[in-house]
Amino acid sequence: MKYLYFPGCSLKGTGRAYEESFLAVFKALGLEVRELEDWNCCGATAYMSVDETKSYALAGRNLAIAEREDLDVIAPCSACYLVLNKTQHGLKDNPELRRKVVNALKSAGLDYKGKVRVRHPLDVLINDVGVEKLAKFIKNPLKGLKIAPYYGCQVVRPYSTFDDQYNPVTMDKLIEAVGAECVSWPLKTRCCGGSLTGTLPEVGLKLAYILVKEAKKRGAAAVVTLCPLCQFNLDGYQDQIARKFERVDIPTLYFTQILGLAMGLPESELGIKRGIISAQAALAGR
Amino acid sequence: MPLEQKVKYEGDCDPEFAKWVVGEIGGENLRHCIQCGICSAACPLSLYMDYTPRRIINLAREGFRKEVLSSFTIWLCSSCYACRVECPKEIHITDIMYLLKRRAIEEGVYPRSFPIPVLAREFGRMIFMFGRVNETLLVTDLFLRTNWFKFLGMIGLGLNLMRTGRMSFLPDTIKRRGELRKVLEALDAEEKKEKKEALS
Repeated sequence: MKYLYFPGCSLKGTGRAYEESFLAVFKALGLEVRELEDWNCCGATAYMSVDETKSYALAGRNLAIAEREDLDVIAPCSACYLVLNKTQHGLKDNPELRRKVVNALKSAGLDYKGKVRVRHPLDVLINDVGVEKLAKFIKNPLKGLKIAPYYGCQVVRPYSTFDDQYNPVTMDKLIEAVGAECVSWPLKTRCCGGSLTGTLPEVGLKLAYILVKEAKKRGAAAVVTLCPLCQFNLDGYQDQIARKFERVDIPTLYFTQILGLAMGLPESELGIKRGIISAQAALAGR
Repeated sequence: MPLEQKVKYEGDCDPEFAKWVVGEIGGENLRHCIQCGICSAACPLSLYMDYTPRRIINLAREGFRKEVLSSFTIWLCSSCYACRVECPKEIHITDIMYLLKRRAIEEGVYPRSFPIPVLAREFGRMIFMFGRVNETLLVTDLFLRTNWFKFLGMIGLGLNLMRTGRMSFLPDTIKRRGELRKVLEALDAEEKKEKKEALS
């Protein structure tokens, strides 16, 4: 199977471990992934607050480039995933907006038709590959590792593309497939604070704190997520959370990292050491 | 504190503003609101807001323009879409927050020194310049523009990111910056044309 890959800015920066583990796992599974040629920033949530039409056009350029090939586009970052999907919906439902964006893209030699499918790597692993096939690749099951699956907001809301909006389960299935134990908790899809951790720490830190505190209270040794901003908020701000509330110290891994570990891929290829809160104790202590 | 009339008569409101919201993408179902308040209950940030989402929706449809646009609420929305999926009348509340943010920036009425609108603007500038966003440079720029002192509190995080190799100091650029600029300039030209037509 072949896919195009839209990395987005975070996977080239603070979310580097996500890119590393995603590429390593897909390669080991025999899935071909090619980076989208000359992709630009999707605009994320920030640009939608400044200019609506332009933010659709930014995403539209990426989709137009992707349309040159007949492949699905994988967007691992939740914000990119939502923005690209939202653009497909927005341009389909609003003819006037579509006219403006299509004309602007045309003036730069880009052709947008809206025929690309934007996918999340978790969707591809569970629905294209399937749990049965994944099981054949598991060499080193993560027995005894208790994990809180954290989906965050924008992959499940507002569109339910491949999982339930209220109680998503695809990552739970993956956690079970790698031999680990899924901790039941009610905060699977509660907001991590988004960019508020940086802009208004007095508010954002509280949201991140609620999540890590609850995961630990429920007995999880690690949180596993599918979004670079969620990972950054839960992992990067724990020193500040300790100063403001209490020390929690729970590592946050990507689902691609735990899958890679269970497949027996070396830690160095999966960016395990890029966690600010080290996952070593959780991984060794099972 | 300057004296201000707190209770408003119908005549003090701006019905044009309410009409404008309903006419924008996402505002379509605004008038269907039954004020059930599930949006406020679902919102993880409503406890920090000056007006809860339910109240913002009600104020917007009655035309309380100033209250809505200068509120903290619209800037606290983190776009988690919890309200949108719960709303029984399918009001696109998150998109309404976006269109209110855009109008507040346009009218220059957002809370001063509040870092979120500054982040949104700088984010846009970085995309124009490079086509991509470098998180390290964006955050540094943001703090230098808004709160110098807070920046010092972020040093620990910065060192942690450096230690784990997650920071980059060089902007990442796309190859065909001209192509992206052409797209955005075409939209600027279209907007100018529209404004001119609206005036004449």
